[in-house]
Amino acid sequence: MSRISDIVDRIKSGESSARSEVENALQRATSTDEYHALLSVTAERALERADAIDARIKNGEDVGRLAGVPFVAKDNFLAFGAPTTAASRMLEKFDAPLQATAVEKLEQQGAICIGKANLDAFAHGGSTENSAFGPTKNAFDQTKVAGGSSGGSAVVTALDVVSFALGTDTGGSIRQPASFNGVVGVKPTYGMVSRYGVVAMASSTDTIGCFTKDIADAELVMDIMSGRDVNDMTTLPDFFSPLDELKPGQKIGIIKESMTDAVDGEVQDKVNGYVEKLRAAGHTVDEVSLPIVKYALAMYYIIVPAEVSSNLARYDGIRYGHRAEGVQTLAELYGRTRDEGFVTENKRRIMIGSYVLSSGYFDAYYLQAQKARTLLIDAYEDLFKTYDVLLTPVAPTPAFGLGENTADPIKMYLADIMTVPPSLAGLPAISVPAGATSAGLPIGVQLIGQRRTDANLLALAKSVEGK
Amino acid sequence: MVTDEILNKYDMTIGIECHVQLATATKLFSGADNDARDKSPNSVVSPIDFGLPGMLPVLNREAVNLAIKAGKALNAPIARVSRFDRKHYFYPDLPKGYQTTQMYNPIILAGYIDAPLEDGTNVRVRIHHAHMEEDAGKLTHYGDYSLVDLNRAGTPLIEIVSDPDIHSAAQAKAYATELHHLMTYAGVTRGDLYHGNMRFDVNVSVAPKGANELGTRAEVKNLNSFRSVEKAAEYEFRRQVAMLEKGEKVVQETRGWDDAKQTTSSQRSKEDAQDYRYMPDADIPPIILTDQEIADIQETVPILPPEYREKWQALQLDSSVVNTVLNNAPVAVTLEAINDRYDAEVTKRVFNWFSSASADDMNITAVESGLVGPRRLVELSQMVGDNKLSSTGAKEIFLALFNEDSIGKMPEDIAREKNLLQVSDEGAIAAIVDEVLADPTSAKAIEDIKNGNDKVIGFLVGQVMKKSQGKANPALAQKLIRERI
Repeated sequence: MSRISDIVDRIKSGESSARSEVENALQRATSTDEYHALLSVTAERALERADAIDARIKNGEDVGRLAGVPFVAKDNFLAFGAPTTAASRMLEKFDAPLQATAVEKLEQQGAICIGKANLDAFAHGGSTENSAFGPTKNAFDQTKVAGGSSGGSAVVTALDVVSFALGTDTGGSIRQPASFNGVVGVKPTYGMVSRYGVVAMASSTDTIGCFTKDIADAELVMDIMSGRDVNDMTTLPDFFSPLDELKPGQKIGIIKESMTDAVDGEVQDKVNGYVEKLRAAGHTVDEVSLPIVKYALAMYYIIVPAEVSSNLARYDGIRYGHRAEGVQTLAELYGRTRDEGFVTENKRRIMIGSYVLSSGYFDAYYLQAQKARTLLIDAYEDLFKTYDVLLTPVAPTPAFGLGENTADPIKMYLADIMTVPPSLAGLPAISVPAGATSAGLPIGVQLIGQRRTDANLLALAKSVEGK
Repeated sequence: MVTDEILNKYDMTIGIECHVQLATATKLFSGADNDARDKSPNSVVSPIDFGLPGMLPVLNREAVNLAIKAGKALNAPIARVSRFDRKHYFYPDLPKGYQTTQMYNPIILAGYIDAPLEDGTNVRVRIHHAHMEEDAGKLTHYGDYSLVDLNRAGTPLIEIVSDPDIHSAAQAKAYATELHHLMTYAGVTRGDLYHGNMRFDVNVSVAPKGANELGTRAEVKNLNSFRSVEKAAEYEFRRQVAMLEKGEKVVQETRGWDDAKQTTSSQRSKEDAQDYRYMPDADIPPIILTDQEIADIQETVPILPPEYREKWQALQLDSSVVNTVLNNAPVAVTLEAINDRYDAEVTKRVFNWFSSASADDMNITAVESGLVGPRRLVELSQMVGDNKLSSTGAKEIFLALFNEDSIGKMPEDIAREKNLLQVSDEGAIAAIVDEVLADPTSAKAIEDIKNGNDKVIGFLVGQVMKKSQGKANPALAQKLIRERI
């Protein structure tokens, strides 16, 4: 299993080259094809870039902190070398004319994108079963889901196809699949990483993060991606810098509403085990209450569909993307294009979103949800007056079976119950491996911090990593 | 046929929404060129304007500054916090499926303008608010297909929404005209009406005089001239009165204006009205402004028409003269520069030249560049004051200042070339006077004057002017004639 630093060292010492690292990654991508984690490989461009980097290394040039390191981007990042499909028929043949800021920043440091990972179409879902091109299978059990929506990215990281992969997290889409596949998943503070060039889902909660095998790698990737981007007005001036030293004796609150009987017993055991490790490392862990979280899913499934219905309005078949054939009228063009281009879950969210925004319902649903969201933010702030970090399981269960929840959207939404609240509040939250069930399915713990305390969260996780 | 007598039984109430294209270099949310005039279709469109996946708006600060200036012209406070919202509908000229606008927290709050009417009075029209938004693209329809041009998509606009304070077609025209003055003087817009830089939506309702409630309104959309605003209001007044007289109900609807037929026609009724599903735009942080920022920007707004009118009040000019010269901002700037430093007599002559000359004979860019500026205009006016030029000669030279052949020359040089300088040499004029008085055809006039019919002296002066080919100073000629009779 290779970490980023191993690869960088290997290439630097001449033991390996960017080309051989890319070739090996492509080879592993092919050999793990049955998991259906990748929608495309960008072999040609990746090898060209690898050769260029090798040539520069030969010339003694500084080629960056990720020189020659292969990575995978979720297929909702605009990137060269393959279409950017968002796992939808709508964008099946869409070739991006530019790259996402996050991808550009990584490439500037010498990283090489070797492929695009599967996701729930337009990132709507928590299992990657909503991909128009078929689901991704869990890295530990092919009968289980990968989680989602960034399922493909989690699985390629867990299967060691690459040392890191990019994901997006709107309500848990990085943290939950990271938990299901036993890797580190980072959802940063809203605004820490530019959203420019990433297919939008919900503008007020979308964040860009990564999957890695350990915390140090996550710190490196986030350090490179973070910072103000003139192309994204919601980005914050760069505040992220990995901590050399963790302030000892952190005060941690475990949210009791996240440890109810509805949560799987084995999940609770592993979370408690992680709490013991934190205590052993000199931190204090108290039980805290955040009663308002019980309304978080309701808020989320009003606000996010509203924003989804708006952000997906541009896919109309006029300028790019799928366009229905043989239509007679403009209304038919729109209707059939969108019917054919979107999956059921996309349509469900567009309908809910259009409904809550419609005249007469806007105040009752959308505005009410936004007001409740403010209360949620305030409630977190209150807890952060006393605690440095909050802790919950990432998901109430380990990875569930493929097809198990597809018929019941509410049950599917409940899988997001732990991850949605920090998203609504714009807080940083990470998913760290905390062992596995008796059946061998990974379980993750979620650490939540105040806005802009991403570095502290990672440092805390690092302090108990491998213990 | 609706007679004036019937029309007199009704009152009309009008509110006007005006879209003003802001004179920014780039679009509201992208770096694409904002001047789409004479550009080939879809050539000034960025990935943001095109609505590609993953694109995000970047607010153009220059557009915000122009809105702040517009606020000053509208006598309206600027919101310290304003926000953008999304207005959703599907149409091929709308790339994102929503228009980014300000529904809930507009940048310009309530204000007013005073629009001058032809009779010299003003009508005060309150401004409800004005908000920033982006323009859509353009569709051109052909037989069985349509073409989309997104050059204009994303052009920054402010929409100025008036209160229903307008009660006649003439007032509507005056309001539109004054709004155009204010926005162009403040530098908010290029004001090119032909290219749709300002477009008016006129909401008209009619009710019997004395009624407590307004009638149902119809909205005539997309008028792009002051005259069409006036004519559409007039037409709607007659149309709606005729319906009410027949006992019919006016339908709330959107109507279009046919400039060729000078009529309005129904485009879409309220039943088809769309639900725009407005929501806050989370991609754009709120615009937060401090008092200092607003003051700094508004300080750069040049003199606006109302202030010019005030400054020129002492000149006692006809309001039509003032409003004619105000049609061209560079002319107003030049006139005020003269008014500021010279006496009323010198200044008024220049006003009259500008207001009486046909726009086709003047070249306003020459005024703007200073080629026809205070130095030449004052010299010309003083030549009249000094009796070096007749008023007819001065007018001719005024136009010559703009003429290709003589542009850039000084008035006195032009007068010399054109042989228009008046002769004020007493000896030379005396010789002509003597010649005229000696002429037998003058005998009767001389006799009449001697008998007390003083008016006839004009005839003799005329003869002197004729003989001098118009160059004699008429006052001097008259004096000399009197001395000799």
